[in-house]
Amino acid sequence: MDYFIELFFGGLTRGSIYALIALGYTMVYGIIGLINFAHGEIYMIGAFTSFIVATVLSIYGFPLLAIVVIAGLAAAVWSSAYGFTVEKLAYRPLRKAPRLAPLISAIGMSIFLQNYVLLAQTSDFLPFPELIPEFAFMEPVAHVVGSSDLVILITTTLVMVSLTCLIKFTKIGKAMRATAQDKTMAVLVGINVDRVISATFIIGSALAAIGGLLIASHIGQINFYIGFIAGIKAFTAAVLGGIGSIPGAVLGSLVLGLTESFATGYVSSDYEDVFAFSLLVLILIFKPSGLLGKAETKKV
Amino acid sequence: MFPVKELKRSLLISIWFAFLTFPIMVIKVDAIERTVAYRWDNMFFVAFGSFVISILAKVFILRKERRAGLKKVKKEIAEPFVQRILREPRFLYPLSLAVLVFALVFPSIFSTYQTNIMTTALMYVVLGLGLNIVVGVAGLLDLGYVAFYAVGAYSYALLNLHFDMGFWAVLPIGGLFAAFLGVLLGFPVLRLRGDYLAIVTLGFGEIIRLVLENWNAFSQGPSGIANIPRPGFFGMQMSFESGITYIYYIVVALVVFTIFVVNRLQNSRLGRAWLALREDEIACQAMGIDKTKTKLIAFSLGAFWAGLVGVIFAAKTTFVNPASFTFLESAIILSIVVLGGMGSIVGVICGALILILMPEYLRALSEYRMLAFGGILVVMMVFKPDGIISNVRRSYRFKKQSPKQVNES
Repeated sequence: MDYFIELFFGGLTRGSIYALIALGYTMVYGIIGLINFAHGEIYMIGAFTSFIVATVLSIYGFPLLAIVVIAGLAAAVWSSAYGFTVEKLAYRPLRKAPRLAPLISAIGMSIFLQNYVLLAQTSDFLPFPELIPEFAFMEPVAHVVGSSDLVILITTTLVMVSLTCLIKFTKIGKAMRATAQDKTMAVLVGINVDRVISATFIIGSALAAIGGLLIASHIGQINFYIGFIAGIKAFTAAVLGGIGSIPGAVLGSLVLGLTESFATGYVSSDYEDVFAFSLLVLILIFKPSGLLGKAETKKV
Repeated sequence: MFPVKELKRSLLISIWFAFLTFPIMVIKVDAIERTVAYRWDNMFFVAFGSFVISILAKVFILRKERRAGLKKVKKEIAEPFVQRILREPRFLYPLSLAVLVFALVFPSIFSTYQTNIMTTALMYVVLGLGLNIVVGVAGLLDLGYVAFYAVGAYSYALLNLHFDMGFWAVLPIGGLFAAFLGVLLGFPVLRLRGDYLAIVTLGFGEIIRLVLENWNAFSQGPSGIANIPRPGFFGMQMSFESGITYIYYIVVALVVFTIFVVNRLQNSRLGRAWLALREDEIACQAMGIDKTKTKLIAFSLGAFWAGLVGVIFAAKTTFVNPASFTFLESAIILSIVVLGGMGSIVGVICGALILILMPEYLRALSEYRMLAFGGILVVMMVFKPDGIISNVRRSYRFKKQSPKQVNES
């Protein structure tokens, strides 16, 4: 039973990290209908930035709490800056281009960013500093649920709640929903669509950066390639839940995280990624609109 | 000539990029030694580089706008030089003959090393042409193309290992295996919309690679299969060098065969159906084209060529392992198609030769190769989405007849 609970919480943690990345995918897809392939790379850059900042600060002898806060902020700021720039350079000029063009541009951006980090930093695995301490009160259950699991679960829940509030109640959130529904109409009622799209990229990137920080300190190492697999998996999660739908992304991520965790725990750990991809293929075949997505009918 | 406002803008851009790349380009930490190195020179390069690039880009855009304005006045759009040559049979045939003759005498002029590189490049030409059917003509973005390539390579390696089958026997089998797998995968997923299809094929490519890596009993895992024999010629024993030349000729023959088939296909009923599907699926179905069947044929034909090249790849390197079949490989083949010009045969050939030969001859820049690939994909999409040599749709042209001709007829 302990093993089951351990796997369950492991899956939940995994799932909530996926959710942080998947939200970026789903928001961007909801608004401009583009699979932002470079999103995984934004997450990787977030993890790298927080790694660099945290290590520098710890060398200069800052206290742990300050390190966590500053590293998290730096990661969010720089990731958002990257997300913003990528959108401006690679996607905005292609807004009216045929469907394949922005997708290929996104793949190019992803390869570019990966190799940029590879060349500017290193190709080795880097040891990520432990930013989340072992809490004393977690001692009795530490063998099934680690402290970092707890922190990740709490943080992601907070982030999701605030994101929901942002989209439901603020002006920019309303503008986002309007743009997602109908871009032309949104322009007609006076919404600056370009700015809304930029805001979407910035928010999505900041979420991915927080995910990057959390998972890097959970796993304890990073390299330039982590974005690719994480990006694909988060995308899988977004599709699983129904791309374009925000609660769907969260649900899909949790389902994916749990599936992976149980499959690797009870079947085989060699095929971890295979399970995720097979799940994706199966979902797309049997329910292409995802768990919570609405089936689209194209009108002529 | 160049407005001050633009200079100011470029300056802002360079400051923005200096800020953007600050943590990753400038700071380098060593977590074990606990030291920090600041590389300020990188910041200077980034700022200066982005300043220059932003000015160049602006100039380019201004020129393009001016030209677009001129074109409207002239009304008739001048056809690019290359395309005029390609359309005229009296230029095209001698030119292709010259290229073919050059390709045939290549091994006797250049060294074995050069021949080997050329073989690789030509293999990518075939891969590019195969993917071109799927992506360029039929408009199905396949990001797991390398999976079919792997299937071809492994079918030669395994059939040879277990059943001692020769190259020529496996060549069609490998292709058919890949095509079969294409049908198998395509059947369920081709109903999906374009971007979903991209992800599923990407996932499929990764699954194939992971299975090859982990299923030790079947594929010998990450260490791969070695000692695959080179192709034989009626049981003749060949030296190493003549073996390479021999493979080169096989690949040249394959390239010619592929060009012939693809060219015939593009102008066939099926080819027109593909183009129509790419443009508008619904209209296409309304015209009575079986969407699934047409897509499936494109998908499996593309896979067939990947399988063929896979077999040749295994025979050429005499060694296969899963590391040769990563997503990066798919991305390279895709860049070939995109760079060359989607749907254009000559474009894809040029794209393959440029992308594969350039890094070989610019060894010093090999580190930056993938960076350049990524950059090229983005820049091409933004500035010239049609590729180097864009495809020209076959269309009927109204020819002005001279009065003399009219009188004669």
